Amino acid sequence: MKKAAFGLYIVLTIALMIWGFYMAIYGAPLDAAQGEIFRIIFYHVPSFAAAFTFFSVSFLGSIAFLSFRRSHPDWAQRADAWALAGAEVGVVFCTVGLTTGPIWGRRAWGIWWTWDARLTTTLVLWLIYVSYLLLRRFAAGPQMQTLAAVLGIFGALDVPIVYMANRWWRTQHPAPVFGGAEGSGMDPSMLPAFFWNMGAWFAWGILILALRYIVERKQQRIDAAEAQDALNATN
Amino acid sequence: MTRALWTHLIKDLRIELRSLDAFVSMLFFSLLVVVLFSIAFDPHGDFSRDIAGGVLSVATMFASVSALNQAWAREIRHQVIDAQRMAPAPGAELYLAKVIANFLFVTIVQIILAPIFLIMYNLHIEGQAWLLLLVLPLGTWALVSNGVFFAALSIRSRNRELLLSLILFPIFIPALLAMVRATTSILTGDGDPNLWIKLLFGYDVIFTTTSLLLFDVVFHAE
Repeated sequence: MKKAAFGLYIVLTIALMIWGFYMAIYGAPLDAAQGEIFRIIFYHVPSFAAAFTFFSVSFLGSIAFLSFRRSHPDWAQRADAWALAGAEVGVVFCTVGLTTGPIWGRRAWGIWWTWDARLTTTLVLWLIYVSYLLLRRFAAGPQMQTLAAVLGIFGALDVPIVYMANRWWRTQHPAPVFGGAEGSGMDPSMLPAFFWNMGAWFAWGILILALRYIVERKQQRIDAAEAQDALNATN
Repeated sequence: MTRALWTHLIKDLRIELRSLDAFVSMLFFSLLVVVLFSIAFDPHGDFSRDIAGGVLSVATMFASVSALNQAWAREIRHQVIDAQRMAPAPGAELYLAKVIANFLFVTIVQIILAPIFLIMYNLHIEGQAWLLLLVLPLGTWALVSNGVFFAALSIRSRNRELLLSLILFPIFIPALLAMVRATTSILTGDGDPNLWIKLLFGYDVIFTTTSLLLFDVVFHAE
């Protein structure tokens, strides 16, 4: 039953992505000013939306791990798996965003990169979570999960501060399209493509997140079994 | 100041005073960084004033990391750290004492370095010079408080020293930004440093509090 539901979800996700692609490339009309290149928005914005969501998942996982470490070890292990999965998938989506952005920027602004508020903030976010993943790789032993959870909390605290620090800089990155000033907002003819792609990339992201979570849980069980074997071998 | 905090602080200061390891290496390293940047960027006239804030902040950063790498080295030798863990005093006091001690070392290095720096870059301060006495300690505190915390965090990892830098620098970026902007603003007389000083102060409060609260988790993580 579960496997069937999961299989169905995978099929739906792929269908969404195919439809999203069609809508993005053929369904949405051309942008008046930019021409075809603007179509990157259908990948650029959903990637970052997904990245921020999954980083939040990681943050909550870190907090939950520290809270349940002693009282409910199994919950803590699950939380840690979510923390790791969230960070990894978040980093991937953030990388996609940071790659599609410059490609778009090169064509639209003539420059690959600039150190303005939005770009710098996002790069720092990426750096923080990559350092989180490096800690998980380099730290050894049973306390690694605790240390990673602590770093996860520090990193998440840092993000709003970076954002605030950069608020006072002049921004090269376009002002908010959704919920921005008067005269902003996307033309209604493009909205369907946008929402289909948001849905498609979120569905894909959640799929990968869930798979990563499952794999990490299996790995945890393997590690626990190995530790148990090592303990038994000493008898 | 509690007894435990005071004891830890005096201990660290006394040990450092005997060998002056960390201090001498920090001083020399920061001087080297200043010279290297001069060669890289050729500071002259107004340009030197524009980059001086950045150079000073980055020199402080690199110098501090070289000291922070060995911040816990003494405790690791001879299992002193295990004895510390078994002591009933809260770990946060050990942490705070280490931060204060390292803060003092870095500040003394900055005081010694400042005149040399002013001379090498031909600086005369256009803005309010006394604000530097606020900016530099706040920035140093941000660096040292996070550095000691993450040094403790990376004690049992494979690439201990490298990991410290890799974790510390991204998280330190907002404080570095504020420190550089504030210092540049004071040196050139353009812009308003108060905004950046407030940010630096806020950053210090948030991260010192978080470190104090989470230090025991990291210290006893085993």
